[in-house]
Amino acid sequence: MTTVGVVLFPGSNCEQDVVEAIRALGGAAEILWHGDATIAGVDAVIVPGGFAYGDYLRPGAIARFSPVMGAITEFARIGGPVLGICNGFQILTEAGLLPGALQKNRGLKFLCSTVQLRVEALTNTLTSGLRVGDILRVPINHFEGNYTCAADTLAELRSEDRIILRYVDNPNGSVDDIAGICSAGRNVVGLMPHPERAANELLGSADGLSMLRALLATAAPAAIV
Amino acid sequence: MWFEVEVEVRLREGVADPQGQTIEASLPHLGFVGVRGVRVGKSIRFSIEAADAGAARTAVDDMCARFLANPVIEDSAAVIIERPAVG
Repeated sequence: MTTVGVVLFPGSNCEQDVVEAIRALGGAAEILWHGDATIAGVDAVIVPGGFAYGDYLRPGAIARFSPVMGAITEFARIGGPVLGICNGFQILTEAGLLPGALQKNRGLKFLCSTVQLRVEALTNTLTSGLRVGDILRVPINHFEGNYTCAADTLAELRSEDRIILRYVDNPNGSVDDIAGICSAGRNVVGLMPHPERAANELLGSADGLSMLRALLATAAPAAIV
Repeated sequence: MWFEVEVEVRLREGVADPQGQTIEASLPHLGFVGVRGVRVGKSIRFSIEAADAGAARTAVDDMCARFLANPVIEDSAAVIIERPAVG
């Protein structure tokens, strides 16, 4: 069975939703404590949403020093699937595992709504089971979700097909409507929307399951050296 | 030698500053009209021990670049003053 490690920082608040969604898909999930310098042999890592370390200094700025981040960085280096959701995306950019930064939303509002995402690229650990052009309904819940990066970084993301999800109707001002990107190695993915909150039709949408299912498929134990 | 340091971290030009905009929109309610360009930053103060002013500057610039500011969205400026010897 594929085991996903879900990182718990002081201030994380979406970890149980992620665990529930992974288990609903038949995967195993375990919590990884931020203070342990190991990821305990899991097949994939999810850095969930919340407010790690109270977002002190900047969202994600302190979390990157947690002992577990060294193990995650090494896991990413050897090609292990790492997914950052919302605050997790912010942490991965601060840790240098993904380029760019998340700034305050355009306008003055904390955003909490369900948005439409368009699948733009498939060669990565999150959207590999989908088709380009698929439209997904997934909740967002953030203040600093406005993705930005240097012009040369944006050109690189475009030319390497690393913008994997775009907002259909850009809610936060993100450059080029970016909702999610992947690393050059395509195994590290970050997105602001919450796939784990789109895991049941009763709660409004189950579109997030297709993404988490793809993560489980690419994280199958045999897929990693 | 000890140095007193004040680092100011500012959002770069063009980066949205909702706090600054909200403060600017609120000032007229107290009668302060004609205020423009409100930007909110952070001030980080500390003391540092270094061999000389150049070494202090090198260390402070490095911590700004790698931690105190995120160069994608923020600028920083540091004022470094040698602390007078006690006694």
